[in-house]
Amino acid sequence: MGIKIGNAPFRDRVQEGIENDFMRGAVSSAQGRFRSGRLKAAEELGDWEDWRTLGEEIRSHTLQNLDFYLEQLSEQVSKRGGKVFFAQTAEEANEYIQNVVKKKEAKKIVKSKSMVTEEIGLNETLERAGAEVVETDLGEWILQMDEDPPSHIVTPALHKNKEQIRETFASKKGYKNSDLPEELATFAREQLRKEFLSADVGITGCNFAVAESGAVTFVTNEGNARLVTALPETQISVMGMERLVPTWEELDVMVSLLTRAAVGQKLTSYVTSITGTKQEDEVDGPEDYHLVIVDNGRSRILGTEFQSALHCIRCAACINVCPVYRHVGGHSYGSVYPGPIGAVLTPLLDGYEDHKDLPYASTLCAACTEACPVKIPLHEHLVRHREIIVEKEKKSPKSERMMMDGFAKWGSHPAAYKLSTKMARKALKPWTKDDVIQDGPGPLKGWTDVRDFPAPSEQTFRAWFKTRQKGGRS
Amino acid sequence: MSIQNRESFLNNVADQLGRKRRSKGVTRPQYSVEPQWRVFEGATQDELVDKLEDQCRVIHTHFKRSTMDTLTEVISQSIEENDGHAVVAADDQRNDEYGLTSFYENLHDEGVAFHLWDPSSGRENVHFAERADVGITFSDVTLAESGTVTLFNHQGNGRSISLLPRTYIAIIPKSTLVPRMSQAVRHIHKAHADGVDVSSCVSFITGPSNSADIEMNLIVGVHGPVKATYIVVEDM
Repeated sequence: MGIKIGNAPFRDRVQEGIENDFMRGAVSSAQGRFRSGRLKAAEELGDWEDWRTLGEEIRSHTLQNLDFYLEQLSEQVSKRGGKVFFAQTAEEANEYIQNVVKKKEAKKIVKSKSMVTEEIGLNETLERAGAEVVETDLGEWILQMDEDPPSHIVTPALHKNKEQIRETFASKKGYKNSDLPEELATFAREQLRKEFLSADVGITGCNFAVAESGAVTFVTNEGNARLVTALPETQISVMGMERLVPTWEELDVMVSLLTRAAVGQKLTSYVTSITGTKQEDEVDGPEDYHLVIVDNGRSRILGTEFQSALHCIRCAACINVCPVYRHVGGHSYGSVYPGPIGAVLTPLLDGYEDHKDLPYASTLCAACTEACPVKIPLHEHLVRHREIIVEKEKKSPKSERMMMDGFAKWGSHPAAYKLSTKMARKALKPWTKDDVIQDGPGPLKGWTDVRDFPAPSEQTFRAWFKTRQKGGRS
Repeated sequence: MSIQNRESFLNNVADQLGRKRRSKGVTRPQYSVEPQWRVFEGATQDELVDKLEDQCRVIHTHFKRSTMDTLTEVISQSIEENDGHAVVAADDQRNDEYGLTSFYENLHDEGVAFHLWDPSSGRENVHFAERADVGITFSDVTLAESGTVTLFNHQGNGRSISLLPRTYIAIIPKSTLVPRMSQAVRHIHKAHADGVDVSSCVSFITGPSNSADIEMNLIVGVHGPVKATYIVVEDM
């Protein structure tokens, strides 16, 4: 699948999102709960702004010295019996993992939720190689059965309701009980336990690797990452190359920020750090351990004005406050990374060509920047993307460019401006009814398709201001 | 060939950063703020126990207190409350000190199948844990703020014990309590600097497993344990 989801044009994806009433209701209620959870957790912790400052300093230092810390990490993992593969591209990462799986003659692979493996399209590659891949995060398992992409990076199946989930379980797995979430989860527990116990290979992502000692850390609530790393004999962790911290001490700070910003928890049920292979005499844990470090376009962002986008810790706080995401939902972005961070990151990783609409999927209200636990200036990055799209890439529509040229000429001639503001009410008369325009012409149509546009006032502001100065009150 | 493609990969990273490759000489900066040390600063051990008790309500975990003398009684009660017909426990050096070795031996007489984790029986340990109703371990470091027990898994304390059974019971010596994760990781960081290998698996466990993946409803008990009980023991 890769980072890009589907081929439908942006407008069609948005339209589909807007027409999905269940999804919109689910998203707005989830946003409310995530947001209040985050604010409450931040308040309970105290000094939240200090924590954010510390988070930003840690991320910034790590990225500035990324080569040093990645080298240290690889040395440590190797010292503890692990194998480390540096993958420049998605293809290289997939090929390496596929070879490990083939060498093991693995038939079944269990996976815990990982955005980077979605990004590189790992599952399709492994399935083509003849292995069965089972996603074990409850949300991801549901989506996998329905062949549906995730719509949120923390709760991937947010757009599905429990009746749909019950039907999926019934048709794909012979489920016979009700649509009570507890019963659905119990069924998933039973089904997936068998998969964990019979899997040959476990694959995880990585929330943070600790450079000083080679520990790879997973932050989860369900416990599936623990099972994936405890039971199969072979384990592969896939990490985006920026997902590491210098020492255990920074791990504490980043995890504390992540769990609060993501779900309002002080810590999730499980924070699990594994280092290399199991030790001699240990019974559970992998005998064979691989860490795959993925670039896939990230290094192109280093040293640019967008470098801070790599500070992201995938908490989704920006997604949970975004008014645009609230209305259009995750699939509208056409990327495995939705919301404000997706709109910043996707064009950087995958180019402007397919994603030039994303920086416009924002009101620039800056709620995302305010929510970000590591202070990424998301809305400023979006503005910068727009400048680049228009000025450098020349990717704005031709009609828009013509209109902007016209606007520039018109706006720089006071007489033309004056005349047209005076004429506006008359010119729009044919479309005006009861002082509102419901089906406007030309560029107004995009607006009036979803809401009414007030007819221009009889008196212009300038005219009003003039009379007011003379003592008039109207 | 345990590390592949590293040189070209990291040289490219350095190029993109617009400087020469850094292989040594990087030290952590002095951060401008360190709010983590202010959480529960100066709290006594008893105050930390109270904080832990409060947090247990948030994380759906049963909280109990015991003395060294009443510990086995409290564990026995907890096993019963959780329909424990099969119990697996970690082989911990504290078992003797806390009187658990003989207690565990006697469980058989009460009709409870008991298994003490034993590396020499290999995979059989995991199979027993999979069928067990209750898994019991000591906490190595306990985080009052989040209600977290920290396990440095080792040959006697397999990862499966606190993971596969339906109920997890953590024995928490009062002396293991610290304010938050910061103290636990500082300990690991220092031990590593002193040349002590960090455990192959460090598990920070906060109550039973849960999920909000179905319509944002909180479901307690998914892949890991469905229930959790913490027993704080007066050891000071």
